[in-house]
Amino acid sequence: MRCKLWLVGAFAPAFTFGVAHAAEPVSSVFYGFQAEQAEVRFNDGTEILAWDFDAIVGTDELKFVWRSEAEYDLREDEFETLENQFRIAVPISPFFDAIAGVRLETPEGNDRVDGVIGFHGLAQQWVEVDADLFISDEPSIRLEAEYEGLITQRITFTPSIEIEIPLTDDRRRNFGDFAPIIEVGARLSYDLIDRAVSPYIGVHYELATGESGRLAQAGGGKKDEFFVVAGARLMF
Amino acid sequence: MTSGMAIRAFAFGVAAMGLTTFSADAGEYNFTVDRITIDAGNFTKQGVGYNNSQTPTILRFKEGEDVVINVTNNLDEDTSVHWHGLILPFDQDGVPGISYPGIKPGETFTYRFPIVQNGTYWFHSHTGFQEPDGAYGAIIIDNKDREPYRYDREYVIQLTDKHPHSGDRIMRNLKLMPDYYNRQQRTLLDLFKDAEEEGLRAALADRSDWGEMRMMPTDIEDVQGYTPLINGQYSGDPFIAEFKPKERIRLRFINSSAMAYFDVRIPGMDMTVVQADGNNVLPVKVDEFRIGVAETYDVIVRPREAGAFNILAESMGRTAMARALLTSDPSLEAPEIPELREPPLLTMGDMSLDPAMAGMHGDMKMADGEGDHSKMAMGDDEELPPGAHRMPDGTIMGGKAADPFYAGGSGLEPTAAEGGKFLSYSDLKAQKPLYPDREATREIELRLTGNMERYSWSLNGVKYEDADPIILQYGERVRFKFVNETMMTHPMHLHGMWSIIDNGSGEKDPIKHTVSVNPGTIVYMETEVDAEGQWAFHCHLSYHANSGMFRKVIVEGGPEADEASLSNPSNG
Repeated sequence: MRCKLWLVGAFAPAFTFGVAHAAEPVSSVFYGFQAEQAEVRFNDGTEILAWDFDAIVGTDELKFVWRSEAEYDLREDEFETLENQFRIAVPISPFFDAIAGVRLETPEGNDRVDGVIGFHGLAQQWVEVDADLFISDEPSIRLEAEYEGLITQRITFTPSIEIEIPLTDDRRRNFGDFAPIIEVGARLSYDLIDRAVSPYIGVHYELATGESGRLAQAGGGKKDEFFVVAGARLMF
Repeated sequence: MTSGMAIRAFAFGVAAMGLTTFSADAGEYNFTVDRITIDAGNFTKQGVGYNNSQTPTILRFKEGEDVVINVTNNLDEDTSVHWHGLILPFDQDGVPGISYPGIKPGETFTYRFPIVQNGTYWFHSHTGFQEPDGAYGAIIIDNKDREPYRYDREYVIQLTDKHPHSGDRIMRNLKLMPDYYNRQQRTLLDLFKDAEEEGLRAALADRSDWGEMRMMPTDIEDVQGYTPLINGQYSGDPFIAEFKPKERIRLRFINSSAMAYFDVRIPGMDMTVVQADGNNVLPVKVDEFRIGVAETYDVIVRPREAGAFNILAESMGRTAMARALLTSDPSLEAPEIPELREPPLLTMGDMSLDPAMAGMHGDMKMADGEGDHSKMAMGDDEELPPGAHRMPDGTIMGGKAADPFYAGGSGLEPTAAEGGKFLSYSDLKAQKPLYPDREATREIELRLTGNMERYSWSLNGVKYEDADPIILQYGERVRFKFVNETMMTHPMHLHGMWSIIDNGSGEKDPIKHTVSVNPGTIVYMETEVDAEGQWAFHCHLSYHANSGMFRKVIVEGGPEADEASLSNPSNG
């Protein structure tokens, strides 16, 4: 413990964002921005700007993550979905973090705030997975998996799947209970500048099953939609 | 003689003016720490250098001399200078937070210590990432007696892995994406190639085995994309070492890289290794040798005829090659630089600790916690002969590597490019042992641990910031047992005291300051605890040390023990 105090002294000046002025070893705080998706989705009727990014600051032991996901209809000039999560990630195993946080969402009607718990990590065979439980009066589970397959050292093929399972009816989201909404994608990217900017093209398919699909149609939407996408993975 | 800047500073002038504040054997040296622009040929970058130069400063001392070194910090941030491999009082060792507070911007710090050894060493900043950013130089200490070998001229050959990114940025990128700099990963095209060679089933099974571990057999160099420099110069504008035919030339190799190990050869010439880490060894003739980060090797070469030769340093992961020229006439055409060799692949042998080696000492512990790296590949081997490994494709590899310092069936074990002898730690035998050979009084196990996916590195699963210091007692001889549970090679460096590698040579075990431990191996080193105070002990890969593979060592009970002078309050 006494030793720890001494170390705190040694580290204190280094805790200002990765600036390595102080004692050895230097700061254990790191930060960064990673956008898995920053793209425009096209099909006959629509043109949608979509993003999915994490902004991260923290240490090996504790990370703060701002996760933002949105779909913005460029023709209607309005958000279809916009959600921002503020998450804390703590390691629970060599390859997995436990997640806790809140989600702020701006669907139709009033804004909503949900709690979120879950985990995020790297499963066997290099599959990156997210599993989140959104906690509110209308809870849902969201499972995501993504695999980065290298074709060459710079060309990457990334299939992904996201399944949202409503645990109750949720009219404002057009969710029917236990009628999953599924998103499947496949993107082919090229590392243009290091791994900082990797433009890609791909396809994206969304399907609202069962009651969720009927609700979407009743609201004037479609139960499934296919898009061609173009965008870039970003990392700073 | 050497082309670098030999700084013999004031010693001569002061003596001539009769202002001898020091004995005849005292020298005063000055250098500055400056922000400089470094030209690596294919890029330039802002970095740190000594005496406003990317050519490493060479300090030349004489054994027995008392040196006074004035270091002026012209940076706008703290700096420090650590004398790598030098035996000196701990408060002169130059590690901020352990030896002293460091050197403030604008400050001139004066180091004073006696020179009690001879050989080739180096110095570098121990602050932040200034060393990868360029803050390193060479030290030559002339023997007070005659060297036990002859040479007519000498050159320092100081290697570095100059990266276009700053150290801070590299660390951050590695934390966010550990494979950020790995451009030697296995691709779909590699899968097709392997499937053609070994069958689709075997190729897929191999992918699956590695995928199950979430590890990459290509993970040999964490940080690629650098340009290696020799004495600050790149291959296209190489450092030139001149010779006359039949001269014996001493080449003092120093690896000042942040991360890169190099395999060194001079095509067309053999080399006689005479010194390792500043200590003379019984001469051994080799065609190639591997120099770990922070190590030094002195070799003697003797070109019999006029000509131009390449001095080549090819990185262990085969991502880059440095070249200097050894020539009898600089106007001669330089030889071609050969192609990089095929990159090695780690094997399951590198991933699993050798049961034969472990059994020898009967106290083998398996990995736990963070040691997930080594969990696999053990179970299947139970019915195999001791030390043998089942390879991913089902074949059984013999348990013994030709070089016992590599794991059985290792993919890392090197062979000489032009055939012939590749130096092993087993070949190193102390010319003149520094200590009588005696039984160690105690053994300390240090498991080298880490998690590549989080880019966190540690010892015994604990990072520096969470660890208690290692307490040693003055006068004991400690046997350190390094158990490498990771997939990386770690150059372990204990400050202030010698590291005697147990390579089976008994009293002639080689004396080093940096001990490279290959993946899947156990290496023993012994240390005579003869230097009181507090010292750093760490992996010398910059981004491993800085992410936690680091310890403080406190030596208690020395003859001049003055506990109050130790800044660590836990030392009570």
